[in-house]
Amino acid sequence: MQITIALTKGRILKETLPLLAAAGLEPLEDISRSRKLIFPTNQQGVRLLILRGVDVPTYVQHGAADMGVAGKDTLLEHGADGIYEPLDLGIARCRLMTAGVKGVELPQGRIKVATKFVRSAKRYYAAQGRQADIIKLYGAMELAPLMDLADEIVDIVDTGNTLKANGLEPRDTIAHISSRLIVNKASMKMKYQPINALIEKLAAAAKKN
Amino acid sequence: MTQADRWMLPDGIAEILPADALQIETLRRRLLDLYHSWGYELVMPPMLEFTESLLVGMGRDLELSTFKVTDQLSGRTLGIRADITPQTARIDAHSFPRAGVNRLCYAGHVLHTRPRTAMGSRAPIQIGAELYGVESLHADIEVISLMLESLQTAGIEQIHLDLGHVAIYRSLARAAGLDEEAQRELFALLQSKASADVQQWVETNVSESRAAGWLRALPGLAGGSDCLAKARDLFAGAPAELAAALADLQTVADSLAQRYPSVELFFDLSEVRGYDYETGLVFAAYTPGYGQALANGGRYNGIGKVFGRDRPATGFSSDLVSLNTLGRTPASSGTAILAPLAEGAEGETLWRAVECLRSEGEVVIFALPDGAEDEVLSRCDRTLCLEQGSWVVKPRD
Repeated sequence: MQITIALTKGRILKETLPLLAAAGLEPLEDISRSRKLIFPTNQQGVRLLILRGVDVPTYVQHGAADMGVAGKDTLLEHGADGIYEPLDLGIARCRLMTAGVKGVELPQGRIKVATKFVRSAKRYYAAQGRQADIIKLYGAMELAPLMDLADEIVDIVDTGNTLKANGLEPRDTIAHISSRLIVNKASMKMKYQPINALIEKLAAAAKKN
Repeated sequence: MTQADRWMLPDGIAEILPADALQIETLRRRLLDLYHSWGYELVMPPMLEFTESLLVGMGRDLELSTFKVTDQLSGRTLGIRADITPQTARIDAHSFPRAGVNRLCYAGHVLHTRPRTAMGSRAPIQIGAELYGVESLHADIEVISLMLESLQTAGIEQIHLDLGHVAIYRSLARAAGLDEEAQRELFALLQSKASADVQQWVETNVSESRAAGWLRALPGLAGGSDCLAKARDLFAGAPAELAAALADLQTVADSLAQRYPSVELFFDLSEVRGYDYETGLVFAAYTPGYGQALANGGRYNGIGKVFGRDRPATGFSSDLVSLNTLGRTPASSGTAILAPLAEGAEGETLWRAVECLRSEGEVVIFALPDGAEDEVLSRCDRTLCLEQGSWVVKPRD
C-alpha cells in the first residue's frame, strides 16, 4: 500500500523531519540538498512530496497525496472540504494578526486592508462588524500602510521584528497558527491502519516536543 | 466573448461524446434493470420545481447548491433540482402514496451551483434507489446491498464501505445538553476530525464530566470491526439510543460481511455527514484511486412529513459518470456492417436484408454518397455483398 505525504520546504520541513524521524520515518536522501520533488523513505511504500505550502491542502484534498503538513493559516484560507485535520503538530508556531502604522488610528467607516489571507481577513472584519475592502497582496505586506495603500494589514507575525523595523505595531490576534497534519478523507477510510499508526506515533512525538 | 471562445462550456459542465456516451447509457440501462429486478419502480421527477417543495427539510447545503429562477407564470421561485432524493420522497408521500413499502428508483441529471467536491461536476447524472415505509434494519441492509451490487455491476472491484450512525453524535450531544448552535459548532470540528480542537471545545463548553469524556473519545472511534467493541465498552452507561445504534451497526455489518465478503468494512462513529436530515445509519462507498465517496446514502426518516405523510425512509445514490469512469462497463463491440446503395429490385431485397440484420441487433450503416467515407469505413468491419441474387455479409478487406 502506497502512502504519499506532502511537505513544504523551509521552516515547516525543518521542524517536521525530526517528528517523522521520531515516528520511524526518514527520507533516504537529504531533501534540502536535492532538487528532486519526490523522495522515497526508509519505509516501503511511503514517499514524501515537496510542494509549495499553499499547494499542500490542494494535493491532499484531491487525493493526490494521502497526508500532508500545512500551516493553520493556509488551511483557514483553503477551507477544509474533503480534509481531516487530526493532529496539531505544535510546530512552526506564530500568530495571524492585524497590524498598522504605530500610533495611527483607523479611520471611521470603510477601511482598506492589505493581506495574503483574504478569507481569514474577511471573516475577521465581518465578525468585528467592520466593513473592510480587502486588497490581495503576495508579499512585503508591511509596505502597504506606509504607502497609504491600506489602513491595516493582516499577516503572520512571528517575532514582530519586521513590523517594528518598519514602524508598524501588531494589533489584534486573529488566530494562533501552528502546523497541522492533514489527511484525505477517502485515504483515511481506505488506508486506516497505516495512516492511523503514523498519526499515533506523530502525536506521541509532537507531545514530547 | 470572442468568436474563438464560443465553444467554451461553463466550469464543471461537460459534454459526453460518443464512446463515453454509449458506455454511460449502457451502464444506466444495466443499473435500472438491476433495480427493476429487485422490485424498485422507476420514477422520473421533473427538472424544475417550486423551491418550497424542492428544498424543504433538506438543510442548508442543498439550498446553496440549487440554481433558482423566477417562474414567469406564478411569480414564485423555481429551483432546478440539485438532488432527486427529496423529489422521490415527495412522490412517496403525496403523488404515489402506498400503504406499505414503496421502492422507487431514478436516474437523471441534477445541477449544482457549486461543485460538491474538488473538481466535481456541476451536472452529475444522479442514479439511485430509495426505500420508503420500512423502519426495520432489513431495509437498510437491502439498500446497502443494492448499492454494493450497483458498484459491482459498474465493474468496480475493490470497494471500501464506510458505516456510521448519526444517532451516536446526536444522543451524545443531547446527553451533554448542547443547544442547536453548540451542536453545529462541535459538528464542524468533528467533520475535520480536529481532535485537539474537539478536546478544547469540549473542555470549555461541556460541564457534565461523563458526557464530556464521551464526546472527547468520539473522534478516535474509527477503524475495523474492533472499533465497535471498543465503543460498547466506552459508552457503557450512555443513553440507550446510543447502545441501540451500536447494535444496529453490528447487525448490518455482520449481514453485509456474509453477503459481500470481498468488501472492506470501515466504521467511523464520528461520521456526521448529512447531519441536517439523516436520522440513522449512514454509509458511503470508496474505491482506491478516487479521493471522494463514490456512492452514499443513509436513513432519513420524517422527510415526508412536510408533504403530509411521515414515513421511514432510506436510500442511496451515486453519480453515473463517475461510476463509468472508475468502473469498466464493457460496451458493445462497436463494429458495424456497411451496406451499399442499391436501386430497383436489388434495392428492395437489400432493404429487407438490412432490416433483418438490424432487428438481430447488428449495426448497419448505408454508404451515402458524399458521406464521411473514412469515418464510416473505420467503423465497419463487414459489408453486404450481392451474391447470386441474395445479400450476404462478408468481411471487408
